[in-house]
Parts: sequence; C-alpha cells; structure tokens
Amino acid sequence: MIKIIRYVMADILRSRIIFVYTIFLLAISLSIFNLEDNPSKGLLSMLNIILIIVPLVSLIFSTIYMYNSAEFIELLLSQPVRRAQLLLSIYAGVCFSLLVAFTIGIALPIIIMVGTTTAYMMTAAGLVLTAVFVAMAVLGSVVTRDKAKGIGIAIMLWLYFSLFYDSFLLLIMFQFSDYPLEKPMIALCSLNPVDLARIFILLSMDISALMGYTGALFSEFFGTSKGTFYVAGVMSLWIFFPLFFAVRRFKRKDL
Amino acid sequence: MITAENISKSFGKLKVLNSISVSCDKGETISLIGPNSSGKTTLIKCLLGMVIPDSGKILFDNENISRSWQYRDRIGYMPQIGRYPENMTIGEVFDMLLDLRKKKENETDRELVHSFGLDAILNKRMRTLSGGTRQKVSASIAFLFHPQVLILDEPTAGLDPVASEALKEKIRKEKEKGRLILITSHILSDLDDLVTRVIYIQEGNVLFHKSISQLRSDTGEEKLSRAIAAVMKNNQPLNSVS
Repeated sequence: MIKIIRYVMADILRSRIIFVYTIFLLAISLSIFNLEDNPSKGLLSMLNIILIIVPLVSLIFSTIYMYNSAEFIELLLSQPVRRAQLLLSIYAGVCFSLLVAFTIGIALPIIIMVGTTTAYMMTAAGLVLTAVFVAMAVLGSVVTRDKAKGIGIAIMLWLYFSLFYDSFLLLIMFQFSDYPLEKPMIALCSLNPVDLARIFILLSMDISALMGYTGALFSEFFGTSKGTFYVAGVMSLWIFFPLFFAVRRFKRKDL
Repeated sequence: MITAENISKSFGKLKVLNSISVSCDKGETISLIGPNSSGKTTLIKCLLGMVIPDSGKILFDNENISRSWQYRDRIGYMPQIGRYPENMTIGEVFDMLLDLRKKKENETDRELVHSFGLDAILNKRMRTLSGGTRQKVSASIAFLFHPQVLILDEPTAGLDPVASEALKEKIRKEKEKGRLILITSHILSDLDDLVTRVIYIQEGNVLFHKSISQLRSDTGEEKLSRAIAAVMKNNQPLNSVS
C-alpha cells in the first residue's frame, strides 16, 4: 500500500499543479496578513478562503487526477493488487499531497503570524475539509466513467455544499421561524461539512454573541469538549462514508 | 488449471457472454478465436478479474477467483491496447511492476526486452511511444515474471515482422516449459504452428473447443485457417454447439 501511495505522490509532484496551488495559497495568505493591521480581521478573510477555495480545488484536482490515472489503475489491476487497496492508496496519495500544499500555503502562515486558538482551529478545519472533499471526488469519479460528467458532478457538489445548502437552511429558518429551531439546526448543519467547519471556527472567534439565541445555543453545544468530539466524529463520518461507497462500487466496476 | 463455469456478462442490454464454460489445462497453447465483438476480450478480462461476471464462477488452480487477487501473480497479461501512465518512462514502468510484485532484478525474464531492443530506449516516456513500441512493452511485461499462465490478447497486431517473429519464438520457448498460453486472435496464419487447441467463440457462445488434430481430421484441411473456414461454412447457421 505504501508503495502505491509513493508512486501516486511521485506522479502528482511531477505534474507541478500542486506547486502552483501551494504558491497560490501562500500568496493569498501573505498578502492578506500584510494588508490587514489587525490579525483577527485577517483570519476572517482567511476563513472564506478555507471554506470556499480549499473544497473547490480539492474536488476538481482529485476528480481530474482520478480520471487521468485510468491507465495507471488499469495497469495495476492486471497485477496482483487488491482493488480496495489500490483505490485507498490513490486516495491517500492525492489527499496527502493536497494536505502538504495546504500546510505550507495556509497553515504555517496563520500559525506563525497569528498563532491563536482560532488559527489552530482553522488549520484543523482546512485539513479535514481537504480530506472530506477528496473522498467525495473519489466517489464521484468511481461512479461515472465519463470525465466531463465527473467534473460536472464535482462542480455541482461544490455548489451544493457552499451555496445551495445554505440557502436551503435559510429557507427552512424563515418558513419555520415560529418554532424553536435551534436544536434541529445543529443536526442540519452536520449534514454539510462546510457549515460545520464554519460554525466551529466562528464560535472560537468570540463573535457568537452576534448570532443571538441560536449563537448562544451553538456555543453552548460546540464550545465544550463534547462539541469538539462531536464535530470530529461527524467529520470522520464525512470521510468514511464516501470512501466506503467508492470502494464498494469500485470492487464491482468493469474496466 | 483454469476453469470457467457458466460465465455470463452483459453490458447494459448487450449480452456479451452467454453462459460460457471452458477449461484449460497446463501445457496447452489455446487459441481463442472469433469474429470482432464476439466476447473474446471480455472473457479474458473476466479471467483477470478486470471485468466482474454477472453470474458463474472461474476457478484458477481449483480456487475461486471472485474474492482473490494473489492468483494474478502467476499470470502474465498482454492487453490488446496497452495503456500506461503517460509520463512514466519504460524503465520506470518495469521497475514499478518489479517493486509491486516484490521481485528482484535477477528473477525477471528480460529476454524480450533485449530482443525488441527496448533496453536502448528505457528512458523514453510512454506518451512518446508509437503503437508498435507500446505493444512491445506490453509483450515484455507479460513475460517479465516467468508466469505460469500467459494471456495474450491479439499479440501480433501492430508488430513488425521482425518483432512478431521474436515474440513467436518466445511463445514457443515458454510452451516447451509447459506453460498454459491463451492467445486471442482473428488472424490465424501467424500462430498456426504453435497452437494445440482452438476455442471458437461467436456472439458470446462457445461454438467448439477442439484440439488441432481433431479439427484437422474433422474438416480434412491441413491449414488451420482453412479448417476454421470450413467449420464456419458447415455450421451455417451458426447455432450448433459441438
């Protein structure tokens, strides 16, 4: 398994896209922190990068990589290699490369320049979101054979999790504003890893006071160590289930 | 050595294999022939576990392959269209396979690599190779690990006469070592003198599975291609299974 991961990573490093991504992230974080005097304000801008750019790049890059390695997959499957092992190794290789890019491009700058609890939480959220969206991309590309369709699915997933789902939540909140929605909201947020990461980070920024009663309840729930475990658990499920279904599908796929 | 029992496979509405049963023993050189899109490659891919049959089972050394993968260690496969990671060099592909199979350099069979002259271009990238050179790489990989079973899908298509002759010579040598060799082809004349048995597939059905001598005596033809042609004519319409 380690061997296949090594070959995948060597292949990714050779394409140099990952370097461009790293430098892009590094440029963004350096310019944001140099423009803002107040590092907390800088963190808020970084939040949007983490919640929007990171999932998008993770999804698109992994999907394209999966389709481009069709030959690699075909060659290896005629060799004594287990299918589940092959798919998980490719996942691990892609995921690890993107995690390294994120660490160099965003995690190190914010930890060095800000270094508060929020900075560490943002780092954790970015790393987990990368892992989640690479897993989704793997599932999407196993399900369809057509590259254009696969990339379409990736873009739709990104739109859904970063735009549509939030509008859907707002709609529910307005429609049912007469009812106590605070607890169902926690459950509904768990259905979107981006929202979960956003709430988790915002609460550590001490601006939950601005969010009224819901914010108070959120901070009561997510602010405790139990809440942190809950978020970690839900995020692991968001990695586990896409990979589980991808492996199950891949085992029965014809090449 | 390899037994397939009632293998069926459909791609969507198209039924490619229709409850096929064949068995192949050690030391045989079997030619799998049939018109285009008759299911030859699908059958081979089922043996390799690359296509999962809808029903039926395949035994390799009396072991069901459906949940197994180690058995592929004993198979050398040459695909019809070899597809390789585009930005790896020929040498890197060889080294990677060596590494994955945990074999050492001196355990490999590089005879074809030498006779095809591939050792001079080991640092060429796969995407720069012509179709024929890719075929040479595919053939070299199939023979690289002294496999007990060789599965060659259209081996001589796209090879020049010199390379084709070298490959034939190599197949003959392996045959003498008692390997099971499965060759698909629709051009027969190439490999006439190597083949010991013929499996004829049409529209997903096995029309016949005979030894060469039997085929010759049945049809009264000396040359294999003419014998097959004779069978095809006599079998019109092609639905009788012998």
